[in-house]
Amino acid sequence: MNRINRKLEASNKLLSIYFTAGYPDLENTVPIIEQLEKSGVDMLEIGLPFSDPLADGPTIQASSTKALKNGMSSEKLFEQLKNIRKTVEIPLIIMGYFNPILQYGVEKFCQKCQEIGIDGLIIPDLPVDVYHQEYQEVFEKYNLINIFLITPQTSKERIELIDSVSKGFIYMVSSASVTGAKNTFGDAQTDYFKKVEAMNLKAPQIVGFGISNKETFESATEYTKGAIIGSAFIKVVTEKGISGIDPFVKSILS
Amino acid sequence: MYHVNKQGYYGEFGGAYIPEMLYPNVEKLRQEYLKIMGEESFIKQFNQLLKDYVGRPSPLYFAKGLSKKHGTKVYLKREDLNHTGAHKINNTIGQILLAKRLGKTRIIAETGAGQHGVATATVCALADIQCVVYMGEIDIQRQAPNVARMKMLGAEVRPALSGSRTLKDATNEAIRDWINNPVDTHYIIGSAIGPHPYPDMVTRFQSVISEEIKWQLQEKEGRDYPDYVVACIGGGSNAAGTYYHFLDNEKVNIIAVEAAGKGIQSGESAATSQLGKEGIIHGCKTLLMQTQDGQITEPYSISAGLDYPGVGPMHAHLYRSKRGTFYSATDEQAMKAGLELCKTEGIIPAIESSHALAIFEHTTFKEDDIVVISLSGRGDKDLDTYIRYFDL
Repeated sequence: MNRINRKLEASNKLLSIYFTAGYPDLENTVPIIEQLEKSGVDMLEIGLPFSDPLADGPTIQASSTKALKNGMSSEKLFEQLKNIRKTVEIPLIIMGYFNPILQYGVEKFCQKCQEIGIDGLIIPDLPVDVYHQEYQEVFEKYNLINIFLITPQTSKERIELIDSVSKGFIYMVSSASVTGAKNTFGDAQTDYFKKVEAMNLKAPQIVGFGISNKETFESATEYTKGAIIGSAFIKVVTEKGISGIDPFVKSILS
Repeated sequence: MYHVNKQGYYGEFGGAYIPEMLYPNVEKLRQEYLKIMGEESFIKQFNQLLKDYVGRPSPLYFAKGLSKKHGTKVYLKREDLNHTGAHKINNTIGQILLAKRLGKTRIIAETGAGQHGVATATVCALADIQCVVYMGEIDIQRQAPNVARMKMLGAEVRPALSGSRTLKDATNEAIRDWINNPVDTHYIIGSAIGPHPYPDMVTRFQSVISEEIKWQLQEKEGRDYPDYVVACIGGGSNAAGTYYHFLDNEKVNIIAVEAAGKGIQSGESAATSQLGKEGIIHGCKTLLMQTQDGQITEPYSISAGLDYPGVGPMHAHLYRSKRGTFYSATDEQAMKAGLELCKTEGIIPAIESSHALAIFEHTTFKEDDIVVISLSGRGDKDLDTYIRYFDL
């Protein structure tokens, strides 16, 4: 069984953290992963930086640009993660845009992920239809779970289609927006969480975009399996470095 | 064979590689665009505006001086005489009418040199609809007159501060805006790029160019097709419109001229068909300039309208299938060809269009060949560059 499924079965109110690989410094990738697990985070999304991250706000665009400047690449990331399963147990997901994966070679990329012990991928600009027709087979051959996004604008029919293709969880984008921190959720978001909860989908939902503190984490996980923090975490490592990680995670989970 | 298929592909290029956040808008557009464009009231309104507002049909001018000089029959399709000075307005008129019918109340656009931004601001003023144009911070500094034009027309110009702060980043910012405003906003893409149905929609709005060439040649030459159609290509909207009605007529040779910048191997070029590899940019699979790791690189051309790292998927297919012949002109060749047009015909071309005129540096035509060159825009906006380049 894939580590993602095991984790989803075993616990609720999952805290997942997104960070950009190779940021703030090129060699920070592995120390950040190890620290996050130590601090009690349930799951990680390792951001493979891209020059043109369309779905991301200014924080992640900036961390991606810096990471690329630091020398991060697909090849480099795989090299850094070579021995990661010797020290880290929690599910690891790579989140990146499709073009770098296409250039690396989709099958070769998947094979490499399996070798290292990556459990899943999130590729925002690979639509579910294209995945289903062209890539599902190769992802499954290497035991990788592909995670799809839904938004408040996604129709009921399409959510059902996405649910039927999903083998792990559904990434529920909290509002119509690019990534970036918000301090509270309004009624519209809560209604949307409730609406999706009422659909009784096969795949559990994890909320991302706009989760930044204990309050937003709590309200998001009231109706869902868990929540993902991205931009707010990037800000923490930007300002405080690795020593800022533990207090930040504790402030969410306490 | 060269047109888009039902799935939104030209051969292996095209498609819609978009984040889920954009899916409802792009899907709605895909379902509606052909239906709306086929409505009688739409066609009537579109044609009326092209005639009375844009000033179409644009003349097909027999260029006597150029013809004599190059020993062939050269016609210029005078898109430079359109309102706002280029072919861009054909597409923005079409899209604003479409946006209104989709119930949208806010328009966003990206612009590089500012031509598409001005064309969008113009139709938004005409239709009394809110307009935000994203433009790279560096382009804003380089293209002050067009920034002023957009402001006079009532548009808000927002600087793209991320990445390389040019056209590619302005496009990213416009896409982000659309993600953040999915309900009320329509995104008017200015070139034959982006996720399906954009390349096809923009091409259809621009296809008026080749539609007119057909009957204009019939009048002048007694046949409704040329031997060659020549156009410059950045993203490729004027080229797409110039080729459209000739794509399936194999008697017509299709010629594309890309911007070689300082030379294809110089590291400062925008010749995408030569330097690009298959990949995904701004929602479509096409040829694009990128690193080995799949990071999109920054192109260069003296012409701001041609320095896009990708090329429209239709053109990638024309290149790959060899239906089109692709050349590239350096800055120097284009500037020289532009000046030649000034001296021989009394027309100051946009530097983009000068790349198409540089075709005579690369190939020769027979005496009785009919060669139609798209003069996609006028050179007023480029005066600063001309002044500096020729030390005028």
